[in-house]
Amino acid sequence: MARQEKKKDVVIVGLGWTGSIAGIELAREGLEIVALERGRDQNTVPEFKYPNQIDELKYGVRLENMQKPAQQTVTVRRNGDETALPYRHLGSFLPGNGVGGAGTHWNGLFWRPQAEEMRLRSYVKENWGEGIIPEGMNLGDYPVSYEEMEPYFAHFEKVAGISGQAGNVNGEIREGGNPFEAPRSTEYPMPPMARTYDSAKFHDACKAAGYHPFQAPAGIASTSYVNPYGMQMGPCNYCGFCERYGCYQYSKSSPQTTILDALKRMPNFEYRTHSEVLKVELAADGKTATGVTYWDEAAQEEVFQPADMVILSSYQLNNVHLMLVSGLAAPYDPATGEGVLGKNYAYQMTGGVSLYYRDANFNPFVGTGANGVCIDDFSVNQNDFGKLGFIGGAYWRSGTFNGQPIRSMSLPPGTPSWGAGWKEGIGEWYGHAMSIGAHGSHMSYANNHLDLDPTYRDRHGRPLMRMTFNWQDNDLRMIQYMKTQMEPLAATMQADITKSSFKDIGAQYDVRPYQTTHNTGGHIMSENAREGVVNKYCQSWGQHNVFVMGAGNFVQNTQYNPTGLVGGLAYHTVDAIRTQYLSNPRPLV
Amino acid sequence: MKTFLKIIAGLVVLGVLALLAFLFVPVQRSAPTETLAADWTPEPGRGEYVMRAGDCAACHTAEGGKPLAGGRAIESPMGTIWATNITPDKDTGIGTWSLDDFRAALVDGLTPDGEHLYPAMPYENYRFMSEQDIRALYDYLMTEVPAVRSDVEETRLDFPFNLRFGIRAWNWVALRGGIGFEPTAGDDLQARGQYLVEGPGHCAACHSPRNSFMAQAGTHAGEAGFLTGGVVGDWAAPALHGPESALKDWSVTELAAYLATGRNAHSAANGEMGLVIKDSTQYLSDQDNIAMAAFLKGLDGKVSDVPQSLSVALPQVLPPAKADDAGAETAKMLTEANPEMPLGARLYLDNCSACHFVTGKGAPGIFPELAGNTLVTSDQKTPLISVILHGASVPSTRERPEALVMQGYGERLDDSEVAALASFLRQAWGNAAPAVSEADVAAVRSAAPAH
Repeated sequence: MARQEKKKDVVIVGLGWTGSIAGIELAREGLEIVALERGRDQNTVPEFKYPNQIDELKYGVRLENMQKPAQQTVTVRRNGDETALPYRHLGSFLPGNGVGGAGTHWNGLFWRPQAEEMRLRSYVKENWGEGIIPEGMNLGDYPVSYEEMEPYFAHFEKVAGISGQAGNVNGEIREGGNPFEAPRSTEYPMPPMARTYDSAKFHDACKAAGYHPFQAPAGIASTSYVNPYGMQMGPCNYCGFCERYGCYQYSKSSPQTTILDALKRMPNFEYRTHSEVLKVELAADGKTATGVTYWDEAAQEEVFQPADMVILSSYQLNNVHLMLVSGLAAPYDPATGEGVLGKNYAYQMTGGVSLYYRDANFNPFVGTGANGVCIDDFSVNQNDFGKLGFIGGAYWRSGTFNGQPIRSMSLPPGTPSWGAGWKEGIGEWYGHAMSIGAHGSHMSYANNHLDLDPTYRDRHGRPLMRMTFNWQDNDLRMIQYMKTQMEPLAATMQADITKSSFKDIGAQYDVRPYQTTHNTGGHIMSENAREGVVNKYCQSWGQHNVFVMGAGNFVQNTQYNPTGLVGGLAYHTVDAIRTQYLSNPRPLV
Repeated sequence: MKTFLKIIAGLVVLGVLALLAFLFVPVQRSAPTETLAADWTPEPGRGEYVMRAGDCAACHTAEGGKPLAGGRAIESPMGTIWATNITPDKDTGIGTWSLDDFRAALVDGLTPDGEHLYPAMPYENYRFMSEQDIRALYDYLMTEVPAVRSDVEETRLDFPFNLRFGIRAWNWVALRGGIGFEPTAGDDLQARGQYLVEGPGHCAACHSPRNSFMAQAGTHAGEAGFLTGGVVGDWAAPALHGPESALKDWSVTELAAYLATGRNAHSAANGEMGLVIKDSTQYLSDQDNIAMAAFLKGLDGKVSDVPQSLSVALPQVLPPAKADDAGAETAKMLTEANPEMPLGARLYLDNCSACHFVTGKGAPGIFPELAGNTLVTSDQKTPLISVILHGASVPSTRERPEALVMQGYGERLDDSEVAALASFLRQAWGNAAPAVSEADVAAVRSAAPAH
């Protein structure tokens, strides 16, 4: 028999970016709120303090800030003919753990999607006809437009404290910004970050080639900053310990630096850590949720937390898993196309070029996770899909993240990977390499999906979630196109040695090396209940008092890092809850 | 001879009578400064506001304890004084006190039995409070604060301080003039600030030095020692005006913002002042924080930059300041980063410069200035050493809710390194204070952290 807690107006599952946003905005409405967080509490001091946190072996390699596979993981297969096996050692993607979630260990790259990406199917149809959409691609429109989202993007940029240079303010193109971005109503709240030598080199090469370079928009403070909640960030020192680490300097945008202390002051908000939600409980008719059951690690018992409203704001994989084990919607069946939950799992397609200069010294220990100069000249709205033979695009970026010695040791091809030759290579090349990356879109496909594994179970006895995922020709063609464009540009930069790494047509997904933690889809937004799990307000089609946050809402992945869209959608959702739902709880669409 | 003996005998008799009177004739309570109608009621919220302005909770709420239920230990040179329960509980609190009893405690330092309170209770300052504020505070404590049954440890000081009647004599020395407040400051705003600073705010309790009787050397503007800097335990409470003023480079707005939020472009509050901001000044209106700031700055002359309010448009972008002339040489040395630089400077680069910058200017609102910072250059070396060893924290406040924590470096630096670093800070950017020794650091490290 589960212990039962006092009923709340709202229970929030997962206290990362979107849980914090929902928490503060709904707490301001006077609602009684409890947030349940699986992991530990985390603060700048002591959890992220200097120099303990910048321990590459502990956090960069052994991933001490991340979810442990023993805690929760997925099984992975590349197609329906393979048997999925558990992801027992984190590699390709790194789900976070603890208060602040992935918002504590991200790199800080902050983008809005292009307007065309929010209505990609219509954009394709209008320009080339639906005939160019490959068989098996679930290309869709988001049920909310860029124009509707714009105020929420603008607000989230202010909350999150973004440094950057606007390129298009209300249609007016600004020199030094990204001319291909959708119109924005405001400048970035902080001036852009400073430029490192490698990104300056890339900038000059892009200018010479007639491209349009701009400083990467960064969730990293370029100056002292106070956000609309009165929360503060301090100027970054470019130490480079962003991704996989919590920031010791109050410089990286995170729930800790932008929301949580303001939220914790509110008497109608409480949060419980080491509390892992196991199931969303439904009313007898299945039309509403009655609360959640969670595992109280300290008491070693199950607890039922009743609530009038349930907000699922854990990581995308965990949200989908929780919805599957709770039966919140019909699971997606790729054979029939029926069902919605687990549909349209997508990822990110990346590639790049490394350049080695004997005589250039890049001081790679000066950097940030969102460092660099970018171009959007090969982005979604710049590509002629009909002519190029793929749907999608990529932004390019050059700028050192960090000079961490274990993992950031780029060596030219032919250097031995161990022994004396390797040591010699490091002596010769450390600090002499730079790179250009292409960060590309990833479409959704009938065969890439999430469901429950028939064999493996988690520590609570629930089936693990199974990921069926492989690279598809459309996205591989996209990245191959980037190769054909990037190599000539790199050649103009006259490095001593150049190395390309782009996936070839036919490449198979390898879950071992780190790629990106941009897992998307699975509880996608849709115009109707037949096609997706939530409506335009991220409200569950099946249970109107369940709202689901995060990148699981993405119809297909954009070419950009997801946080800007994730936060924008969260503000869009809480605004709908505040202005439309609370006074009259019902399906909003 | 007979006459002489008679005189002596007379004097002895008088002396004995005086002693008996001193011991047994009840001390007179001060009469209220204003006669309020029996049905006078304060406007809603005023009593709680006075409680905040008077920072009652600082002493009367124990850490983690129920509000105003007492039990906090106040360390004094005479021994530990335990703050009492001032909730309206009839047995263990002040539930049976009349308004006159309450006023006597506040302004005369007397219990209802006529016993003297130790002057840890700042009746030296509260005696300036208006009758309306006293009445509002009394009503609040009696009717709005929940009664808490809480037997607080009794204060037991050693001889001779256990003889409370001695305080009667102390009061003759310490208390100058009657109760009530007469402003001397220039305008209404500054007069309001003066009232808050001198009366409920009891700023002089820390920021005025103590005279040889341990009384505040100045409780009122114009008195020599008023707010010229005091010592609280091992911590310095800096001078708030005059040539040594910690506020020299602060504007009225910056000072008021510091009171309201615990941080401004120059500094961040920690230690005792952090508690004052956490429990008291963050709850005051902008107008009152501005008034106090205007009064304090007015002690050094005319003030011209008084803001209407403290609200600023958010978000706010605040670029870090460049090095000033005094700091240029240090900034240059640190920027060049010559490995031969002195140990203290190298330790600064490795541990401190990321936040406080090579300029020593920090970053406005978040990372304090070290150049010209009185905590860095104080004669009291303990706070600086303690902050390096144990870190410091700025309380979460209503307008600036982030609890900013500076980590300690005690695990990372040994005593000689902390001494080298602290000495560097005390002499960098134009700071000119004597060095810190390894022994100074060892002493602070072996003591329990104060905050």
